[in-house]
Amino acid sequence: MPLDLFTVGDPIADTKAPTDVPIGERWSERKFRGRLVNPANRRKMTVIVVGTGLAGGSAAATLGEAGYKVKSFWYQDSPRRAHSVAAQGGINAAKNYRNDGDSVHRLFYDTVKGGDFRSRENNVHRLAEVSVNIIDQCVAQGVPFAREYGGLLDNRSFGGTQVSRTFYARGQTGQQLLYGAYQALERQMAAGNVEQHSRTEMLDLIVVDGRARGIVARDLVTGEISTHYADAVVLATGGYGNVFYLSTNAKGSNATAIWRAHKRGAYFANPCYTQIHPTCIPVHGEYQSKLTLMSESLRNDGRVWVPKERGDTRDPRDIPEDERDYYLERIYPSFGNLVPRDIASRQAKNVCDEGRGVGPNGLGVYLDFAEAIERLGRPAVEAKYGNLFDMYAQITGEDPYRTPMRIYPAVHYTMGGLWVDYDLQSTIPGMFVIGEANFSDHGANRLGASALMQGLADGYFVLPATITEYLADGPFEKIGDSHPAAVEAVQGVQAQIQKLLNINGTRSVASFHRELGKLMWDLCGMERSEESLRKALDRIPEIRQEFWTNVKVVGDWHSFNQNLEQAGRVADFIELAELMCVDALHRNESCGGHFRAESQTPEGEALRDDENFAYVAAWEWTPEGAPPVLHREDLEYEYVHLAQRSYK
Amino acid sequence: MRLTLRIWRQKDPSVKGTMVTYKLDDISPDMSFLEMLDVLNERLIMDGDDPVAFDHDCREGICGMCGVMINGKAHGGEHTTTCQLHMRSFKDGDTIDVEPWRASPFPVIKDLAVDRRAFDRIIQAGGYISVPTGTAPEAHSTPVPKKDSDAAFDAATCIGCGACVAACPNASSMLFTAAKVTHLGLLPQGQPERYDRVVNMVTQQDLEGFGGCTNIGECSASCPKGISMETISRLNHDLLGALRAGVKPKS
Repeated sequence: MPLDLFTVGDPIADTKAPTDVPIGERWSERKFRGRLVNPANRRKMTVIVVGTGLAGGSAAATLGEAGYKVKSFWYQDSPRRAHSVAAQGGINAAKNYRNDGDSVHRLFYDTVKGGDFRSRENNVHRLAEVSVNIIDQCVAQGVPFAREYGGLLDNRSFGGTQVSRTFYARGQTGQQLLYGAYQALERQMAAGNVEQHSRTEMLDLIVVDGRARGIVARDLVTGEISTHYADAVVLATGGYGNVFYLSTNAKGSNATAIWRAHKRGAYFANPCYTQIHPTCIPVHGEYQSKLTLMSESLRNDGRVWVPKERGDTRDPRDIPEDERDYYLERIYPSFGNLVPRDIASRQAKNVCDEGRGVGPNGLGVYLDFAEAIERLGRPAVEAKYGNLFDMYAQITGEDPYRTPMRIYPAVHYTMGGLWVDYDLQSTIPGMFVIGEANFSDHGANRLGASALMQGLADGYFVLPATITEYLADGPFEKIGDSHPAAVEAVQGVQAQIQKLLNINGTRSVASFHRELGKLMWDLCGMERSEESLRKALDRIPEIRQEFWTNVKVVGDWHSFNQNLEQAGRVADFIELAELMCVDALHRNESCGGHFRAESQTPEGEALRDDENFAYVAAWEWTPEGAPPVLHREDLEYEYVHLAQRSYK
Repeated sequence: MRLTLRIWRQKDPSVKGTMVTYKLDDISPDMSFLEMLDVLNERLIMDGDDPVAFDHDCREGICGMCGVMINGKAHGGEHTTTCQLHMRSFKDGDTIDVEPWRASPFPVIKDLAVDRRAFDRIIQAGGYISVPTGTAPEAHSTPVPKKDSDAAFDAATCIGCGACVAACPNASSMLFTAAKVTHLGLLPQGQPERYDRVVNMVTQQDLEGFGGCTNIGECSASCPKGISMETISRLNHDLLGALRAGVKPKS
């Protein structure tokens, strides 16, 4: 690898997990060894939590309950809007309520394997342990999970597993889990334990003497730039899928908080690990603003197929059985339609590349429920998937009860994120990162129903337990607006805003975002190659250059200005996109969602290179002009043996 | 499609707003309503004009952030959110009026964006079950009859968009409050706080300035999630029980 793209720095290691005890005891041991903060001292300490999704909402509520002074920030009007609300399918937990051989160890094993051996064993085991507590907590909060006639909780199966361990609330599991956390959070706000900062966006991190001590934020209604100080800062700001412009993320989902923290010294880990979800509604036009997911749970009963012949434009209902190719069932007989997401997505791409795709632009495959409706009856299918079918009909104008759905992969989730240790602390002491914003648990591919599990594990149980070790040294010295670090951060934010408003060029923010997104989808999407990535790396600096000289942002800074908000976010996406391509280019292997054309098995499956790449790539930011610095964290597999993933 | 839009423009809460007319050509029937507004805003920005402010986020009908009055109907009157309304519901040459939610507890921030934090304060008054993290018993220790669980879920699907308030001639938030009272009141976990919850939430909605419920039903008819009027009966039932039991609001 040529050195002009990056330089190599010291290796990095996670030293917080107690590896001197067996894996099943490490989390308990960590909690025992970590120092605590007594209740009287907790009242003296402030924690900032940015974001109110499953991770941020649950963390802020739990820290408030514990007695800390919490300041909560979110960019929407209400904390209930956070994009966790849109998660459909479910949440995994190793309850083994189905008596089908599930266990904490099996969930741990499935998740490490599903992540294509690029996640940390210690973190994943902890996640599996904590999963059972999450279900208990949520049920007690009144989360209306699906139940059986006997009154007990129902489960279903999800991709990448052979047990039924997924708890769900029809197709709206994320919504119901989020409302549980949101209500707990509102309760703490009413109790005066959590300070509310609605419609407020974090724009920088304040670092004093090497510790994260506060944030600079902008009130999106008045435009006022304000500073907020604390003893610790928690980022729970979600993933960066909107780098691709079109994704299943919310329109407002952005990487600004994590990216600006990265520029303050937090390492960014595995940015190239993005998840392309196999079952989304296909793109239908240039003006399209976002893509909509159809829950993976549909693959439990829906069968994926394309015509055997290329260019077969018949109505799908007129294509006889023997002229259909149920390609997932054919290639992966034991997992069938329930292979992990990365595999299902790539195979959809393959059949479309062969010219067998369906729909107006040939970028789609069928997801067919005819057999399920015949087997279960329409009412049973409605009960399970009713809201998803309605949503599909609303968007496409087609009735999926009568004709097969058309689906295509879309960017959905980012496994990469800010590097954190076992305590979820970043490389900036005092800054913790939870949920999708960190990189920790999913390796190179996240299994279905594991994001909700991780968000709530981090927020309810892990962070509140690990942050005490850091806060035990607090409270830290008070700082105010006259501190040079605060002054510098505020001035930097103001200068950038002013610069964006002054350019007054000829292209809209959205046009840059669309161009960047298309470039990333084409060159750093489902399949990447050295050639495509080099092309992207040539082009992105040009886009950045043009953005900063030719973007047009209207209005002023001291008012409600959505155009200005978007401009700042797109500026960060452009920089992040470049790092994603550098990471993707340096990782000359295929693993999980990262598929390098140069590295595949004879059957076209992802071919890992464990000898050279069994590590986390943690990137250190360097000022423009200097290449980023790579710090490697070696991954060791003590309990799950490295193997070629097989779902055949 | 060619369309004439008449949109409420209001710079901020301190000034009066007015309807402004815009013409759009070349709108695809496959666009969502918000994508149509994106097209308009892109044009306004390139002309150096102020784009229309409107709230939106997930654009898949679940976050509850979007919501405008379209031809006098909340979310356009198709039992869906504004983001899921598609232009195929309109005809070529149509004139479309677009206004913000109109209710004094939802003050306009700018153009079509309003402040709905009053809803959060109603939740703060009692829309929760008090169960601090870590205190929960094993999930299967309390079976819940499926019919109760399903009915609780139906009520819990409320997305807090505010269409019910906007559609109600009294600007009542009864359906919103009743959905939460019903969701939690149907579950065994919600019983200990049931009476306090209803009294405190109803008190808060009065304090916020929402109007009283006169059972007109516009709320449910315009609810994108189909929350039923039955939830309001349940709220009234609980409220009577609570008052008879002598429960007093905390504030």
